[in-house]
Amino acid sequence: MQLSELWFLLIAFMFTLFFVLEGFDFGVGTVARFLGWDDYEKRVYLNSIGPFWDANEVWLISAGAAMFAAFPHWYATFFSGFYIAFVFMLLALILRGVAFEFRGKVDNPLWKKVWDGALFFGSVVPPFLWGVALTNFMTGVPIDENKEMLGGFLQLLHPFALLGGVMFTLLCIVHGLQFITLRTVGELQQRARVASAKFTPVALISLLVFAAIGLWKTDIFTAHGPGWIALPVLAWGALLLSGVFNKQQRNGLSFLMTTITIIALTASVFIGLFPRVMISTLGAANDLTVYNASSGDYSLKVMSYISLTLIPFVLAYQGWSYYVFRERLKGKDQLEY
Amino acid sequence: MDPLILARIQFASTTLFHYIFVPMSIGLALTIAIMQTIYYRTGNEQYRKLTKFFGTLFLINFAVGVVTGILQEFQFGMNWSTYSRFVGDVFGPSLAIEGLLAFFMESTFIGLWVFGWNRLPKRIHLLSIWLVLFGTVLSAFWILTANSFMHHPVGFEFFEGRAQMNDFFALLKNPQLWVQFPHVLFSAFATGAFFVAGVSAWKIRKKQQIDMFKKSFRISIVIATLSTVVVLLVGHQQALHLMTAQPMKMAAAEALWEDSTDPAPFTVVAKINPEEKTTTNEIQIPYMLSILSFNKFSGQVEGMNTIQAHYEEKYGPGNYIPPVRTVFWSFRTMVFTGTIMVLLGAYGWYISRKNKLETKPLFMKVMVFAISLPFIANSVGWLMTEMGRQPWVVFGVMKTEDSVSPNVTAGQVLFSLISFSTLYAILAGVAIYLFVRTIKKDASQEEAAQVASVDPFDKEDVEIATK
Ligand code: HDD
Ligand code: HEM
Ligand code: HEM
Repeated sequence: MQLSELWFLLIAFMFTLFFVLEGFDFGVGTVARFLGWDDYEKRVYLNSIGPFWDANEVWLISAGAAMFAAFPHWYATFFSGFYIAFVFMLLALILRGVAFEFRGKVDNPLWKKVWDGALFFGSVVPPFLWGVALTNFMTGVPIDENKEMLGGFLQLLHPFALLGGVMFTLLCIVHGLQFITLRTVGELQQRARVASAKFTPVALISLLVFAAIGLWKTDIFTAHGPGWIALPVLAWGALLLSGVFNKQQRNGLSFLMTTITIIALTASVFIGLFPRVMISTLGAANDLTVYNASSGDYSLKVMSYISLTLIPFVLAYQGWSYYVFRERLKGKDQLEY
Repeated sequence: MDPLILARIQFASTTLFHYIFVPMSIGLALTIAIMQTIYYRTGNEQYRKLTKFFGTLFLINFAVGVVTGILQEFQFGMNWSTYSRFVGDVFGPSLAIEGLLAFFMESTFIGLWVFGWNRLPKRIHLLSIWLVLFGTVLSAFWILTANSFMHHPVGFEFFEGRAQMNDFFALLKNPQLWVQFPHVLFSAFATGAFFVAGVSAWKIRKKQQIDMFKKSFRISIVIATLSTVVVLLVGHQQALHLMTAQPMKMAAAEALWEDSTDPAPFTVVAKINPEEKTTTNEIQIPYMLSILSFNKFSGQVEGMNTIQAHYEEKYGPGNYIPPVRTVFWSFRTMVFTGTIMVLLGAYGWYISRKNKLETKPLFMKVMVFAISLPFIANSVGWLMTEMGRQPWVVFGVMKTEDSVSPNVTAGQVLFSLISFSTLYAILAGVAIYLFVRTIKKDASQEEAAQVASVDPFDKEDVEIATK
């Protein structure tokens, strides 16, 4: 394996972890204000992701930085080409990040309402935009021979991409609801289960339509042979099972299934892209690939040593923090937010 | 409008905004870690309360620091795509390592620290805040590795029209980094310490928990004084380094158009006219610039006109003179505030040792206003550093005007500039409001009230169980 291929794998790994981890805390942030009927209940929901959300987000930051370092052209084309989409995502992430910290600091209904709104907006916009972005990665975007992406924001919002956005938001919501069932008890947990039972069928339908259009319009699911259709099928099947386990109140299994759905879906897109990193609609000669977009071998080698040493430690202490806060939130627990 | 100008305004304003919160996070983390360590060692409740009190302020500040940082990370690709393509190979790895090494550590352990008060063993909980501090220091180190490359490019070669890294250790050994990193680190410690000292002074003046806030004043004034002294000493080293690395910046910082006399005097204030390339009405300290630049009582400093001619020969025609007024006044402001900080720190330390804090109400009032000094110094320090490098984005290698994204329109940048500035203005307002509110709250009265009421969560626990 070449170093640039290894780095494609690492970046795909980071994005996948980002979607899995931040996916559920986007979901929780989206549903908290609807599921929680009074302030105390909302706080329990938000505190269920309290110790985790920031570190989850760092997977995105690291994935972006790794892209910068390993594939400067990919980073430059993607971030400048999707400019306005990134502005909206950043506005959302900024609002969301401070809302966690600010909302609990003043005991005033209007104040809380404002920051609850910010939390909702900040949690629902990013998964939608990532769904849109992933879909555009599948269909390709206009990239010229200088590796510059042409066109504005609206061209990204074609119907298929909008469907991708909605589908991905729904996945995150279901995933988040399953996470809530793991961190709460009693009535609060039950409410999440009921909501999940309502959202799962819609998510199933949207994922099915999405995969069908993807199969028909793009080569992503079959780029390396028809056998790879197994991945989107796996994603769909796992989501179906998650619904079944949810009914049986087997929360751990149900959460595992939504996790598999997100992993399989993200993996299928990245695998289908490979060895391209961005597809050009202006001809395959303009595609960015792991070979023509990457850094020199020397810096890839340096980064490989460093990253492959660091990532196990990161996974270990992040895992440990999930272990420390494994218990369900009960009334007496410290609520920070 | 020109997308280049807009992109520069956006970069400058968002970065300066990020850098209001950054040094405060680093500095407060240090002070809090020390307070909690004393609590751990002595079991004195006052130190636990101090840790919690300043911890609340720290968390508000940290939140804004984090969210503004995310924008920084993506901005290179969004607005400076040509730059990113050209140097990503050398510049990107530092950012990637910063993420993996520093940001994960900060964010994971801050979660453990905030939510772990009752859940973690005391020792591990204490360790968490030290690891948060360690994370912020590592983060500063790696981002400055990247930034130092822009001021003093090393460890790369040109390959197919791009800069490619060929010596990672040269980046780590960059002399620019080894003056910049200590300067920034200790100025951050000073920022946090002056904040704690100022807040404590306010509390003492208002007679709230005097005994306790005397303790925090004492800890912070020691850190503040020592750090500021280090900052000044290292600042001097930076000036020495600048003489060889970026003489144009130093000449601009002195508003020196023609070569100086030998020995060179230091200009305290002057009237600068960049159009006519003159500096008049100077008030000067003899010998001082020679000392600053060469560490001796003699030596001639080259002026901007000489360097300009030299650069035209080397890099081709063009204007290589940075915005002189900004650079000149930024440098003056930094040195002036730094000097005042040392004096305030030393005097505060003295009267705190003599236990005379309550008898010096005026000084305590000054300390409250002194909170702003490090923030001013930090901002003008960066202004001088970054503006003084212009027209280069990577000194001697790439110009700022060549680094902007070609496919991003002025309209798009204007949109983002307006959205981010609006949001940042709101954040600033809310953060200040929360700061003032948290500081003003008199905890001693609250405690008295709390003894009477029952724990609010007791009731809810019962409710949930019966539902
Ligand atoms: C001297 C130190 C320093 C400097 C010059 C910068 N930062 Fe910063 N940054 C920090 C020191 C720091 C920090 C102390 O580590 C922060 C502040 C508050 C925090 O949470 O971490 C941080 C936060 C922070 C975050 C959020 C991390 C998280 O989610 O935990 C990102 C992505 C960046 N920064 C990126 C940048 C970029 C791309 C910069 C350059 C333009 C930059 N920072 C300048
Ligand atoms: C946090 C501390 C920093 C501050 C306050 C700061 C401040 C500034 C300012 C004021 C400018 C504008 C100069 C001008 O346009 O005339 C600038 C430019 C620039 N800085 Fe920094 N800087 C900081 C750190 C960094 C770091 C760490 C990097 C790189 C990792 C960086 C990269 C750049 C780039 C790419 C430009 C060129 C864009 C421009 O000219 O506006 N800066 N910075
Ligand atoms: C006598 C006092 C000081 C001197 C001589 C001094 C010197 C310098 C010099 C020469 C630079 C530019 C370095 C470059 O362009 O490469 C600089 C930058 C800077 N200074 Fe100072 N400084 C002093 C005090 C302070 C104080 C008190 C603070 C803040 C508390 C501060 C904060 C900064 C910052 C944040 C920068 C930008 C980062 C950097 O380039 O290191 N300085 N200083």
